[in-house]
Amino acid sequence: MSSADITSERDLPPESEASAKGDIAPERDGPRDTGLDDASLHRWLARTWRTPRGIIGALSSVDHKVIARRYLITAFLFLCLGGLNAVVMRIQLSGPQRGLIGPDLYNQLFTMHGVTMMFLFAVPIVQATGIYLVPLMVGTRNIAFPRLNAFSYWVYVSGGLFAWVSFALSMAPDVGWFAYVPLSGPEYAPGKRADVWAQMITYTEVSSLAVAVATIVTVFKQRAPGMSLDKIPLYVWALLVTSFVVVFAMPAVMITSTFLILDRLVGTHIFNPAEGGDALLFQHLFWFFGHPEVYIIFLPATGMVSAIIPAFARRPMFGHLGLVLSLIAVGFLSFGLWVHHMFATGLPKLGASFFTASSMMIAIPNGVQIFCWLATLWDSRPVIRTPLLFVFGFFFIFVIGGLTGVMLASVPLDLQVHDTYFVVAHFHYVLIGGSVFPLLGAAYFWFPKITGRMMSERLGRWHFWLAMVGFNAAFFPMHIVGLWGMPRRVYTYPAELGWGNINFFISAGAVLFFLSFVLFAFNLVHSALRGAPTGDNPWDAGTLEWATSSPPPSYNFARIPIVTNVEPLWAEREALPVATGLRVDVRELVVSTVAEAHPDIREKSATPSIWPLLAAIAVGATFLYSIFTPWAIVWGAAPIAVTLIGWFWPKGDPEDEG
Amino acid sequence: MNQRPAMDLSGLPTFGHGPRSPTWWGTLGFMALEGTGFALAAGAYLYLATLWPNWRLSAPQPNHWPGTIVTLLLIASLVPNHILNGYAKQCAIGPVRIGMVVMSLLGIAPLVVRWFEFPALNIYWDTNAYGSMLWVLLGLHTTHLITDVGDTIVLTVLMFTHHGYSGRRFGDVGDNVFYWDFVVLTWIPIYLLIYWLPRLG
Repeated sequence: MSSADITSERDLPPESEASAKGDIAPERDGPRDTGLDDASLHRWLARTWRTPRGIIGALSSVDHKVIARRYLITAFLFLCLGGLNAVVMRIQLSGPQRGLIGPDLYNQLFTMHGVTMMFLFAVPIVQATGIYLVPLMVGTRNIAFPRLNAFSYWVYVSGGLFAWVSFALSMAPDVGWFAYVPLSGPEYAPGKRADVWAQMITYTEVSSLAVAVATIVTVFKQRAPGMSLDKIPLYVWALLVTSFVVVFAMPAVMITSTFLILDRLVGTHIFNPAEGGDALLFQHLFWFFGHPEVYIIFLPATGMVSAIIPAFARRPMFGHLGLVLSLIAVGFLSFGLWVHHMFATGLPKLGASFFTASSMMIAIPNGVQIFCWLATLWDSRPVIRTPLLFVFGFFFIFVIGGLTGVMLASVPLDLQVHDTYFVVAHFHYVLIGGSVFPLLGAAYFWFPKITGRMMSERLGRWHFWLAMVGFNAAFFPMHIVGLWGMPRRVYTYPAELGWGNINFFISAGAVLFFLSFVLFAFNLVHSALRGAPTGDNPWDAGTLEWATSSPPPSYNFARIPIVTNVEPLWAEREALPVATGLRVDVRELVVSTVAEAHPDIREKSATPSIWPLLAAIAVGATFLYSIFTPWAIVWGAAPIAVTLIGWFWPKGDPEDEG
Repeated sequence: MNQRPAMDLSGLPTFGHGPRSPTWWGTLGFMALEGTGFALAAGAYLYLATLWPNWRLSAPQPNHWPGTIVTLLLIASLVPNHILNGYAKQCAIGPVRIGMVVMSLLGIAPLVVRWFEFPALNIYWDTNAYGSMLWVLLGLHTTHLITDVGDTIVLTVLMFTHHGYSGRRFGDVGDNVFYWDFVVLTWIPIYLLIYWLPRLG
């Protein structure tokens, strides 16, 4: 590909001239980066792309790295809160008939634990990692729709605050994280607790849908020249597939929560069997989202594994194409499994068998992924560092979780252990093994890129072993106690059942696991302040995020890289080919074609704006108010409209005009 | 890391229409997720309709006429919508301004008729689940309609300011045309579900 391939089309002539002659005149132009020396180029770009100073400036930021950092820190805080919920529950369960907390608080605790971990930690943190890394990995200067991205963060924070303030007021949802009707319906859940669940779900999903759309468009349209579909890094593929799953799954839970609040608030009968509705409809709608949700959390983690392994195996990934196809296959199949959450509801046998088969089928593409990772490691001399240790931990734990998953896919076994601790053990093996362990590995792997400092390797190894032992000690015995018949979501149990000792052991493991996170938090803070400074590419990895400085400048790349290989930095060790010709006085980036990543347009990227925050406040207030009266939607429409107009109305920046 | 310039992008245009522009893809993404929402709501309706043998639950038939008028108005609006798209592609500011005014009016007209659709359902949302689903389906599409008409009006005003004559704005007009097609398209199955499915039973 050369510059001669690039089709040059007309730019818009000035209005007066156009009407006068209908002729083609040059665009309002500015200085370009062609021929600029590095120092002046940096000065120009730093001034153009900087986030303004001051509190308003900080709140107006649209830099994907700034937003992602906020997301990561916020999600980590929610992880700590959700973890504390779990510790409190484990202390209560550490012996029979302990009186530490009563049933009402316990109901709120397990609901908040589930809601926090799923909606406020797991999904946001995998998306946040993508917000940070995807634009860097595809070689662009900002995420697509940067203001929408900023908006998504504010909506997410307001959703999280809403849930936790409700908890502080003893108004937190107490109906389980999936809030089945009729328990959560108007008849059995008076008060506002179930409404808090419904609205909080709706708005955190607004946030993750916005991020999904921004991610898809970034991957489709903003890839560096030459990054054709076959050269997209596996991590980016994983995030792309995940974003598609979000787009088609999240509306289901928004519909579910909206139907629920309509039933509760304005007296519709959608889930009311007495008036022609149906309670199982809730479960179908919820799990049509809920099962893909597992893969929304898991697929980005597989992408992280696929990024970490080549760096430490010192060779490109074995079976790149097979891995991409597996990701896509898992994305599709994830929509065909939801009914296996409903085997105990008395569905027709034929339907249940179909969902058993599809549940087992999804093990095939996941198996392909695992074999590709193992083959890559097998054929290499891996350098064993903390990120790779966590990948090993992921293999071990996730495979166990996968195997109990295949067991649960069979109806008779599922009926036997339904709603017992066996299921609790299974999904913690899948979610913590499948997502949290890769995330921890990813934290050690990309921390130097984000902060410019290395994390302590010694503490990292301690962290890994503590987490590994703590996790297995806490969750493995749950399989056993589940088979013994201990139901989930009970706040205590009588001594005669003989579950005391094993529960004490589980609680001790849980505390150990919690301590591993304390150690991790210490390592994060300590390394951010005192860690050894690092260069651009401390692991000598091959993807584009390592081509820029650590931490990356506001504009990501001084010049947009040109991609010639799936591991571009390994293919071009002498000097990275780059493109020139972009303006440096306005925020300009390259828009390319979807399949070939052929450069097509010099697009302007949005400037900082306070309006996304104001819009999020308007939306948040409307949702909050809507718990109390349906008229909130009417009154809230005006401020929402005003803030959206403020957001989109051009302010005279060249970026607005294009 | 060392760099070597290997490509010159200075000749690239600064805007593009349709699938060339990221906004078009963003619009498509939002259509996909909203479309999924509609499909699931319709699915919920059909689920309940097949579950209960006496569906419509002894409610009277809805009067289809306001809905039919809305349908005709929406279908008719596609013609000027696509003429407008042609002008937006040519970046012809005069005809685009006229077209945007026309499309704003053609957005408001079905909204006015929509007002009469709700009583024509002949049932309230809290009577039974059948009534609930009709109101939900109609409500979803009305929200959709209101937001897009609001968006069209704001863009129309914008086109009359000095910000109007820019490549990006013409792209916005193109995306607005695209989105209106979607608003019309989603209405057809909802119209059939609300007014004609109950007549089958």
